[in-house]
Amino acid sequence: MDDSRKLTVEEPPVIEPGHTFASVTEKISAIVLTRPTSNGWFVGFGIAFLVTMAMLYAIGYLFLRGVGIWGITIPIGWGFAIVNFVWWIGIGHAGTLISAILLLLRQQWRNSINRFAEAMTLFAVACAGLFPVLHLGRPWLAYWLFPYPNSMNVWPQFRSPLMWDVFAVSTYGTISLLFWFMGLIPDLGTLRDRAIHPAARIIYGMLAMGWRGSARHWHRYETAYLLMAGLATPLVLSVHTVVSFDFAVGIVPGWHTTIFPPYFVAGAIYSGFAMVLMLAIPIRKIYGLEDFITELHLQNAAKVMLATGLIVAYGYGIEAFMGWYSGDRYDAFLLWNRLHGPYHVFYYALLACNIFIPQVLWIRKLRSSPVGLFLVSFVVLVGMWLERFIIVVVSLQRDFLNSSWGMYYPTRWDWITFIGTIGMFLAAMFLFCRLLPMISIFELRTLLPQAEGKAEEAAE
Amino acid sequence: MKRDPIYGIMAEFETPTALLDAARRTYQAGYRKIDAYTPFPVEGLAEEIGFHHNAVALVVLIAGIIGASTGYLLQWYCDAYSYPLNIGGRPLNSWPSFIIITFELTILFGGISAVLGMLALNGLPMPYHPVFNVPRFALASKDRFFLIVFSSDGKYNPQQTRAFLESLQPRSIQEVPS
Repeated sequence: MDDSRKLTVEEPPVIEPGHTFASVTEKISAIVLTRPTSNGWFVGFGIAFLVTMAMLYAIGYLFLRGVGIWGITIPIGWGFAIVNFVWWIGIGHAGTLISAILLLLRQQWRNSINRFAEAMTLFAVACAGLFPVLHLGRPWLAYWLFPYPNSMNVWPQFRSPLMWDVFAVSTYGTISLLFWFMGLIPDLGTLRDRAIHPAARIIYGMLAMGWRGSARHWHRYETAYLLMAGLATPLVLSVHTVVSFDFAVGIVPGWHTTIFPPYFVAGAIYSGFAMVLMLAIPIRKIYGLEDFITELHLQNAAKVMLATGLIVAYGYGIEAFMGWYSGDRYDAFLLWNRLHGPYHVFYYALLACNIFIPQVLWIRKLRSSPVGLFLVSFVVLVGMWLERFIIVVVSLQRDFLNSSWGMYYPTRWDWITFIGTIGMFLAAMFLFCRLLPMISIFELRTLLPQAEGKAEEAAE
Repeated sequence: MKRDPIYGIMAEFETPTALLDAARRTYQAGYRKIDAYTPFPVEGLAEEIGFHHNAVALVVLIAGIIGASTGYLLQWYCDAYSYPLNIGGRPLNSWPSFIIITFELTILFGGISAVLGMLALNGLPMPYHPVFNVPRFALASKDRFFLIVFSSDGKYNPQQTRAFLESLQPRSIQEVPS
């Protein structure tokens, strides 16, 4: 890593100089243990909590009345529920990319942002997981999706992408939770040792499970951590691939394409990094963590967004090209319908949000401007939501027979449920920032020069 | 069984380099039942105290194989054997469609076993451990580095071991009550 520093002299550091093991520990654990909870936190959490309650109200009403309260009709049976599911699960992907793939690639800058990015993944997957279940019509029978011996003597149909999805998403949620919790164990030990309030000491102590930092323990811990990263890397690539199979295995024009898996994965990472930036920028400002989440992190995230954004643009290009090149009149019509049909405004907005506006990230000055990055990230998140809307709704809206064409209008319940999950996500993030160390303390210690000096000596 | 009232003798160091050096010299002096405690993983430290291989990878490999077999057999049993489903005339044992869930269960079993296996091999959760009886040990999760010689070590002798550890010039030395 020393060589890369020499290449670009002005590159900002991963961690600002002058920190010690003690100061890093002090600064991050103080946010949880000693810093008084600000009014801003209560206001923010309160609003997010109220929005979550609105979502629960909408879900309660859904249970009472059924999916008829949503805007879905035939031919558009997959409305907001699937749009939001794909959007949320995509956002989650950045967390696993940062924690697993960047670990394997020895990208040390990941150490300051992996913890909250993983938390973001967990909460995003929780939001995503709600939608398919709510969409079932009879959500209380969701357990039928799992293979269990039953009195009906039938088994799930494992050749269906929807079953693959059940397994992919539940595995993803489980592994993300385990990975995140495993990373927390040493830091929970730190909080246990530093907590003053007896209740905090007991709770953190129980969660730390008696972690004492023994050399033998660290040895096994590092092996397990590396293996988890190795397992999570193909997993994260497979999850959005399987999500894209939900579409690509169907025969609907606009869904039945082989470009979907890579293009979905790139889109997922694109929106995920946008969400990481939208969270990191205010968090580092409010909690004064600019020393640990430096300009380098923002710039690298921006570069990942730029690269994945171009892959997404390529995906759009191929879709349009295939509409013409395949010679299939339904594929050609789909392209026409996107450009000139009743939802054309959304398609142009999608192109603007996902392809054209993010090109400003080529400007170095913008990549180092937190406000600019925050705005671009918001645009990307909107764009990625629109992308899923276009894929789900516009493809279903006008397929093979004109007699079965239709329109989709979301109802207020669609909107409340969607916005409600954003509230739930933010409420969980607020709690996370308040109750757990949002930056991995022990991994930050390893980045300090004091920790590096010893590695060279040991090698002698 | 009567336990030794002293669990071991613990020396405190200020830098990872000092601890690595001390660990090496303690091991070379013939002490085998020793351990080191650090606030972050220190490269090469486990090797210095004579711990070279851990079984986590083997556990994960076995669990991964069990996961893959479970995944495939489950799908075969359900869709080809117990309740044969003819979907579009494809073979009952249509393995390409079974790959994804086989893969997911491999990862699921492997990942769960990595975390639980690591905890189990480390003997965690452990609600009580004698090292926490030393008040200064709270710094082991912050910025200090500790080395302990257990009283169960064959070469352990309260005076001599203490004198040896003092020769390593630690910042402090404590007896650890068990």
